[in-house]
Amino acid sequence: MRFAVIQFGGSNCDRDVQYVLSDVCGVDVDLVWYKERLLRPYDAVVLPGGFSYGDYLRAGAIAARTPVMDDVARHAAGGALVLGICNGAQILAETGLVPGVFTVNAYPKFICRWVHLRVENAASPFTSEFQKGDVIRIPIAHAEGRYVAPADTVGSLNTNDRIAFRFCDDGGGITGEANPNGAAENITGVLSRTGNVLAMMPHPERASEAVLGSTDGKKIFDSMIHHIEQKA
Amino acid sequence: MKFDVTITISLKEGMLDPEANAIKNAITNLGYPTESLRTARLFRIRLDANDREAAKAMAQKMCERLLANPVIHRYEIEVAG
Repeated sequence: MRFAVIQFGGSNCDRDVQYVLSDVCGVDVDLVWYKERLLRPYDAVVLPGGFSYGDYLRAGAIAARTPVMDDVARHAAGGALVLGICNGAQILAETGLVPGVFTVNAYPKFICRWVHLRVENAASPFTSEFQKGDVIRIPIAHAEGRYVAPADTVGSLNTNDRIAFRFCDDGGGITGEANPNGAAENITGVLSRTGNVLAMMPHPERASEAVLGSTDGKKIFDSMIHHIEQKA
Repeated sequence: MKFDVTITISLKEGMLDPEANAIKNAITNLGYPTESLRTARLFRIRLDANDREAAKAMAQKMCERLLANPVIHRYEIEVAG
């Protein structure tokens, strides 16, 4: 089993993800500079957080148009798992691998804090270690994380169980107060139609060890690992 | 032929524009009562094309493929030259 973590100029969570995958979860990981492309097949590809291309134009817009994203799309089409975290989620939305866009927070400042998420779909390759309805704690750190999509798209995400996570309060309530960035229907984790691509704004790699205050994020990586093991 | 193309990209009507709201508040605080304020982004591009139509078509492709995000943006293209 081998994961790739793609590094763009401006990525800054790449080594955190690599550390969690290799040292905490115990799987093989390659850090791949985007210009090197994906030269071998990977079981999973992670697009880490950061500020690729300085967030010029729109967060993720320029990274989404780099040739390595053709490799990522090919992996996704072939059934590999693709996880976009924060800036990685913005990149996946900009490529169209998930619908909608993550744009400027309703209150336009950078928000860095712990939030609660409700697990809406516990059957995906990224969430099988959870139970549907679980309330988990993972931090966010973004200025452009407000999920926006046309109403019919949001409706279709609901109907087809493609929402992985929503912002919630500590009791699991989906309220306006628990929505830090004004995201449509509190959505902050979106699955592709085939379910093997997840774009999420919260940072699971920052919630993967008890010393950091939560291990809920590790369950996302563990879910991916179990999914790959079962497929093998 | 060289053409000067101006592309203006703005949020679709009804889209929340948080930056515009913050700017509007600041302008109001400076003593200029402001009823509404929207922002837009303008690109000035000089390009080579066979004719004006081709220049416009190229600019449209630029908007579709990079400059605008169709989920939230509308755009206008003007061609001079």
